[in-house]
Amino acid sequence: MPNMSPKKAEMPTQDPNVRNKNFLEVAMGYTEEVAIEEAQRCLHCKTRPCVSGCPVHIAIPDFIKEVANGNFAAAYDIISESSSLPAVCGRVCPQETQCEAKCVRGIKTEPVGIGRLERFVADWHNSQPDAKIKKPEPNGHKVAVIGSGPAGLTCAGDLAKKGYDVTVFEALHLAGGVLVYGIPEFRLPKSIVQKEVDTLKELGVKIETNMVIGRVLSIDELMDNYGFESVFIGSGAGLPRFMNIPGENLCGVYSANEFLTRTNLMKAYKDDPSTPIMHAKKVAVVGGGNVAMDAARCAKRLGADEVYIVYRRSEEELPARKEEVEHAKEEGIIFKLLNNPVEILGNEDEFVTGMKCIKMELGEPDASGRRRPVPVEGSEFVIDVDAVIISIGTSPNPLIKSTTKGLDTQKWGGIIADENGLTSREGVYAGGDAVTGAATVILAMGAGKTAAAAIDEYIQNKNK
Amino acid sequence: MYKIVKKKVLNPTVTLMEIDAPLIAKKAEPGQFIILRVDEDGERIPLTVAGYDREAGTVRIIFQIVGATTEKLNHLEEGDNIHDFVGPLGVPTHTEGLKKVCVVGGGVGCAIALPVAEKLHKLGCEVHSIIGFRNKDLVILEDEFKACSDKFILMTDDGSYGEKGVVTAPLEKLINDGEKYDLVITIGPLIMMKFVVKTTKPHNIPTTVSMNPIMIDGTGMCGGCRLTVDGQTKFACVDGPDFDGFKVDFDEAMKRGAMYKNFERHAYEETCNLFKKEVE
Repeated sequence: MPNMSPKKAEMPTQDPNVRNKNFLEVAMGYTEEVAIEEAQRCLHCKTRPCVSGCPVHIAIPDFIKEVANGNFAAAYDIISESSSLPAVCGRVCPQETQCEAKCVRGIKTEPVGIGRLERFVADWHNSQPDAKIKKPEPNGHKVAVIGSGPAGLTCAGDLAKKGYDVTVFEALHLAGGVLVYGIPEFRLPKSIVQKEVDTLKELGVKIETNMVIGRVLSIDELMDNYGFESVFIGSGAGLPRFMNIPGENLCGVYSANEFLTRTNLMKAYKDDPSTPIMHAKKVAVVGGGNVAMDAARCAKRLGADEVYIVYRRSEEELPARKEEVEHAKEEGIIFKLLNNPVEILGNEDEFVTGMKCIKMELGEPDASGRRRPVPVEGSEFVIDVDAVIISIGTSPNPLIKSTTKGLDTQKWGGIIADENGLTSREGVYAGGDAVTGAATVILAMGAGKTAAAAIDEYIQNKNK
Repeated sequence: MYKIVKKKVLNPTVTLMEIDAPLIAKKAEPGQFIILRVDEDGERIPLTVAGYDREAGTVRIIFQIVGATTEKLNHLEEGDNIHDFVGPLGVPTHTEGLKKVCVVGGGVGCAIALPVAEKLHKLGCEVHSIIGFRNKDLVILEDEFKACSDKFILMTDDGSYGEKGVVTAPLEKLINDGEKYDLVITIGPLIMMKFVVKTTKPHNIPTTVSMNPIMIDGTGMCGGCRLTVDGQTKFACVDGPDFDGFKVDFDEAMKRGAMYKNFERHAYEETCNLFKKEVE
């Protein structure tokens, strides 16, 4: 008999007023008992709509059934057939617009907590004594992966499992891409990312850090001189966008990328860090996505008294995951919606002292289908802040395009790839934010997975 | 890990190191930079390439001890390892097709001006070098500059060596004496580069400046190195580090460079104290 509780089993979290002063993980995860209880809410409907909502098509009802029966190891095996980073996805996927959005239970009540169960299974697996991973039989073919973010790691993992000799090239000093420089410790502990990377290494994947492909080696060199038969480009989102308003280069104005990289990758939140960061008292974060929420919550934890999210549309249009918005509110982040910055103000030393905004109202829907924000004339006002974090998106890094002949890109810079990830160059595949522009971890993973299958097919056909 | 194969103290505040990094040595060009981390959890700092030996597979860096990270770096010896070393980053200095160039270097900036002067010399360009230092004790690379320069002028602020004065004085004189430069390339403190541009602009002599702002990743991802060039925001790491000196907003760059001054002073003193304790 299924558990007919209308609500998901609650996720235990750190108290908001405690956690907004530390970088420990916010959500603490289900216990075995709670996980079994939640798993019993699944109706095991015939149509399995949740699976179609998952970009990597995890056999969701099957793994949930194993959880309900207390077979956590079997549940993990089912998830890992489709996903190489379950502990990550269970934490950062926007389940409410994917699997859980399609859940039949969700029509009348709350959907099954699929994300929470995925996380539970992955964490349970990681807490077990390490099972020796069986290294697959090498097949003698070399593939290069550029970028060690979710797309690259997934692609590398899938190919390594098939016996490929995979080398991942990472520009930074640490593997993980956005999972280590962008998403904060309190949302995705870095030890989890490290564990996933270590698992790949055990599978035989080589990870070369400090390698900026396009500078130190080109894609052509990798293929012509180093014997890589195929290359996957998962180089990520790239350059931060700014608003082009006066005052944007004042001291105390950060891109979200810079603020988060200093905090997460360079660990500026620790006592006596080697990398500095401003511990501002009043901070405005411009933008409404997950990255904006992460930046705001980091700023609060770094000791800010007041942190504002300044977003030009209304709450309904906020692109961030619902849970992130809720967590941010609980932690005391102040939402200044329907406001748009027009100028950042500074003192004689060119440090930020305030931000001038204009009030907005929503007009007719625009190309994105969302109602277009329109400025309200004469409604300018100043918020008193000493730091501003711009989180309005990124544009692709032109480095690989400019150093790879015959690699076609969109007008806006994204690499053009077909539904299998194939670019305009034979043997060169791409996926993730480098192709789509800024999107989610799971979509990048889906793209890495698809490309891995296509690369396998390409190399097998070529060598027939 | 990247091994230090050679270390040489050039003056009390400036040190030369050659680092084993064959792939970077193969590709590096004058004007490009590397980013290094001395140790795990260390800060990432950019240093412009001061030379490379493609055959030996080494990259030369010359750095001034200005803060905690360079202090720690200076405590490493030959045979020790640097934790991370990545590059070559940025766009190489434009050196092709030039007939006569004046290279103006200041202080430790001379270390990165030298490979530019050497490359120009090798390409058959007439090279005039003006290099400036605060005093005699701080002079570096004099012989190396002489070897690749058709005209060589050394300045010190206090006149303890070479001629007394700032680098812009002989530059102004050379221009007024009728030297026709295709380009002036200047590398040094921001304030010096600002005044070099002030000297060349009235004569409309194209002037390239090499910017060295605060950076983290060095690949365009963070935007911390942004500066205003011709009213537009540019990233020094991917659009530079060389820029048209006439168009750079130096005053803004100086303010941005001082953003973490207090933090850096504190970190430097902490590090110095740490080493003092080790000595005791």
